[in-house]
Amino acid sequence: MDKTAMSKQDLQMRKKIKTSVSDRIIDIITYIVYSLFAFVCIYPFYYIIINSISANNLSERGKIIFWPQEIHFTNYENVIKIPGLWDAARTSILRTVIGTVLTVMIAAFLGYMFTRQTMWHRKLWYRMVTVTMYINAGLIPWFLTMKLLGMTNNFWGYIFPMIIQPFYIVLCKTYCESVPPALQDAAEIDGAGTLRVFWSIMLPVIKPILATIAVFAAVNQWNAFQDTLLLMTKKELYTLQYVLFQYINQASSLKALVSNNTSSSAMMASLAHAATATSIRMTVTVVVVFPIMCVYPFFQKFFTKGIMIGAVKG
Amino acid sequence: MQRLSPKQKRSFLEFGYILPFLIIVLLFSYFPLYGWVYAFHDYKPPFPIGADTFVGFKWFETIVNNPTRLKGVIRVLRNTFAMSGISLLFSWFPMVFAVFLNEIKCKPFRKFTQTVTTLPNFISWVLVYAFAFTLFGTNGAVNSVLKDLGWIEKSIPFLQSSDHIWFKMWLWLTWKNAGWAAIMYLAAISGIDDQMIEAAKVDGATRMQIIWHITIPSLLPTYFVIVMLNLANFLSNGMEQYYVFQNAFNKDYIEVLDLYVYNLSTSGTGMYPLSTAISILKSVVSVALLFMTNTVSKLVRGEGFI
Repeated sequence: MDKTAMSKQDLQMRKKIKTSVSDRIIDIITYIVYSLFAFVCIYPFYYIIINSISANNLSERGKIIFWPQEIHFTNYENVIKIPGLWDAARTSILRTVIGTVLTVMIAAFLGYMFTRQTMWHRKLWYRMVTVTMYINAGLIPWFLTMKLLGMTNNFWGYIFPMIIQPFYIVLCKTYCESVPPALQDAAEIDGAGTLRVFWSIMLPVIKPILATIAVFAAVNQWNAFQDTLLLMTKKELYTLQYVLFQYINQASSLKALVSNNTSSSAMMASLAHAATATSIRMTVTVVVVFPIMCVYPFFQKFFTKGIMIGAVKG
Repeated sequence: MQRLSPKQKRSFLEFGYILPFLIIVLLFSYFPLYGWVYAFHDYKPPFPIGADTFVGFKWFETIVNNPTRLKGVIRVLRNTFAMSGISLLFSWFPMVFAVFLNEIKCKPFRKFTQTVTTLPNFISWVLVYAFAFTLFGTNGAVNSVLKDLGWIEKSIPFLQSSDHIWFKMWLWLTWKNAGWAAIMYLAAISGIDDQMIEAAKVDGATRMQIIWHITIPSLLPTYFVIVMLNLANFLSNGMEQYYVFQNAFNKDYIEVLDLYVYNLSTSGTGMYPLSTAISILKSVVSVALLFMTNTVSKLVRGEGFI
């Protein structure tokens, strides 16, 4: 081994050490930054939960930071007694269930029908449905139409405007097109009509995409807030999202609740357990966010799949 | 009468099956467009419009001729441009987020970070505001900690002020969306050819060099589409985020176009025509932007996104 070879090797060694040092620094910075980001994302969820079960006189002053103190569940008992909340929960659950089922079924059916080459003017109708993605008449024209169609102060106002989602239909159509046509042909030779082919052949085959769409539709229905704001004035039709917003923003609506609560159980309630505006707000927030948190870990793969399909299309 | 052949019969039958749904689309998506006529009338509900209420372009002219109106419109346009502009300026953030997330070698930690940062995307703006209210309110955790540390004497009104409101709104938007938006880039990263990276490593490329010369360039097509979509939606920030965060203190700076249209129409039924007129103008500009960005996209990558 001559001298030049030695120095070359030496140089490479040094370079390797240098890169591994800079690699280390990158690693450390990445870990710190991403830990912080993860913390910032998850902490509000944790914060609200520990506060809803901690002593109310502490949570009111923002003293519960890292772990719950003097754990109690009176807040949940108090919240259950709020009459409007049951109605809101029922409305939210009903609209989520009915809305999701209808949205998914319609997306599946129209997605399949738009693959039927035999249909009269198929392309025209497909265009007509998909173009609505880019049409926005504006708030007042939309509102006046809803009023005309009897959708104001009507439970179906939560369902009808949302059930035909062009994007989901496009997803279903693309998926149906990837199914081997032989499958349909065989059924048709056996004498199955269009509806029969859809119900018995296509529906079971396209289940994976329907699951993804169902998760998205359900989250959208549960989270919807604007339609209550625009269409509903009847208290029975308020959703959980809307009631929560009222509790946060209208101190007056909460004050009545709090005084009601304290007067009825003033003797028993200690300072730690007496309902406060903050305690009710936080507990209701947990009630509203809890379903999402429960559903999320199980359906994460559907969410991820959903955006992938969207990305391929977009 | 001519009998239909079985083929024709089936063709019409299939149309018949989808007809009820087409009617729903017509009623709920197309029929509202008829409401644009209200912008050309002196519409005062519940009185119907007729020939005698027709005022032509009066409401459109009001926007320009009435000084207070003009001031209001300019103000909301400024807010809209500022907030959309900040979003556009930082639109690379999810991409960089994905690139460095991919650099994490510890798989459980990577998975955990991805799961946790995606979660906020699935909660509503009302819930985001509920979090903001409890954490950043005058008696919230942040103020309480800062006071305990002795850094501040009086609570900082994070939510009840217009200071840095545009940037704060971007922060909340990023908190909610960044993890979700990163998924698309992560998919693109996993599609990069491993051989290319191996070759670069053999040639002695450092990690940063690989990121800069291989990873980022392969993500640019995706990024380009995102920027184009951002541009197409420049005027449409939606109203929900700004509606829940708005209050008397920050209203002048938080009101974007969509929220302005809403606030205008709730200030009295007499404002219906004016609000509709602004909606029409917004729709026209939005459609123009959409076609423009679509054309640019066609020129640059050979395909549009419509």
